[in-house]
Amino acid sequence: MSEEPLWNIFINASLVNNFVLAYFLGICPFLGVSGKLGTATKMGGAVMFVMLISSMCAFGIHLLLEAIGAPFLQLISYIVVIASTVQLVEMFLKKMSPALFKALGIFLPLITTNCAILGLALFQTNKGYNFLECLVYALGAGTGFTLALILIAGFREQLEYADVPKVIKGTVLTLIIAGILSLSFMGFSGLGN
Amino acid sequence: MQEKNGLKLFIKKVTILIAIAALGGITLVLAIVLAVANRKLYVYEDPRIDIVEDMLPHANCGACGYPGCKPFAEALTKGETNPGKCTVSSEAGIDQIANYLGLTAEREDKKVARLACAGGSNVARKRAKYEGIKSCQAASLISGGGKGCFWGCLGFGDCETVCDFDAISMDQHGLPVVDEDKCTACGDCVEVCPKDLFSLQYQKHQLLVACKNLEVGDEILEECEVACTACGKCAMDAPKGMINIESNLAVIDYSNYTNSQVPIERCPTGAIVWQDNGFMLRGTSHKSIIRKESRPLGSS
Repeated sequence: MSEEPLWNIFINASLVNNFVLAYFLGICPFLGVSGKLGTATKMGGAVMFVMLISSMCAFGIHLLLEAIGAPFLQLISYIVVIASTVQLVEMFLKKMSPALFKALGIFLPLITTNCAILGLALFQTNKGYNFLECLVYALGAGTGFTLALILIAGFREQLEYADVPKVIKGTVLTLIIAGILSLSFMGFSGLGN
Repeated sequence: MQEKNGLKLFIKKVTILIAIAALGGITLVLAIVLAVANRKLYVYEDPRIDIVEDMLPHANCGACGYPGCKPFAEALTKGETNPGKCTVSSEAGIDQIANYLGLTAEREDKKVARLACAGGSNVARKRAKYEGIKSCQAASLISGGGKGCFWGCLGFGDCETVCDFDAISMDQHGLPVVDEDKCTACGDCVEVCPKDLFSLQYQKHQLLVACKNLEVGDEILEECEVACTACGKCAMDAPKGMINIESNLAVIDYSNYTNSQVPIERCPTGAIVWQDNGFMLRGTSHKSIIRKESRPLGSS
């Protein structure tokens, strides 16, 4: 796997196999926090941060578990690490930006159970990336997540002012946009593997 | 055979121990990191905010000018506002908060919602029968609601519904009556009335022009017997500047006000009333209203 260039990993994680739009991971914040562009961007930042930290920790823990011969603890250890990282981010945000803390609301602690992050940790282990590759992979996945969130938030903000039929207003419309976005991201599938 | 079994058991035991140790180690490290972070990133929140919020009535009505009770409590602890701004809390409640925060409560004079219409179904005529959603806001969209007086109260009781404090009830003639003891001047009825008939007034200002009709002359009495005809008698006899005729309607200037019952005596139609906790007292000079039933639809 090490012959794969770093930029390739990045493009792969962010566009071709976008976590949200191709793998359908992390849908709940994708639909829940995508109402406003500003909040969506910051949510993307928070998720990216958690991804980077938990990716690093997951790499270390994977090595540790291999060394002591207990790889079956992988899943539960990752969960613990991710939960702690989210707790850390929550404390940090509460201190630094109470307004953002309020805006993200329940979705901030929900990053804990965000499948995109656990998925990232498991994928990178499966693919056997080294430390640098893990970081790039996490960065790519975070960028992809943020990109998807920003795109849909932009659409939703515009559609707030549009005169859409009453039956599809709200959640329905959001899901339709998500589908169309996913469809358009299919176009990237020719880029890599 | 027995030895082999023993070995297997031993390995099993060791694996369990390793698992426990590994997870224990990871969680311990993370717990330490979180504990340190908690120390470093602890946010001090004024504990008084929650206590003050508990003392507030939790009505979240917004009459104080803040979005709800919690923001009001925050502003109180910061000293930005005064407990007396809360119009829902009882006197004792306001004193309790003021004592707790070491402030003196600056009370404002009590305000109440008052209705500028006295045209119940017994005095005001309906020109059309409205059969739709029983709501003033809906009815007012259709040619103003079918009442002869365009400005008058439609009587479907949107204000009664919107009032969180149970202070508004509809009387038998379809006019809202405000229970001034319960009214907190939150302004919800002012907002909801499609005819803009409610306004917040000081309770001590008992004089009120209970009409918004902008037409002039005695013809409008055909539509409503207690309408203001803009005759100007009240304005002439009142202290200078207290009552003015503006756009064919008597308007009381409350900044230049004396609490006197003279204007209601001068009003020939009874459009100027003396408010006494929901009762509209009229002068003796106007034609007394004895009709109890509704006026018939349309015909004159």
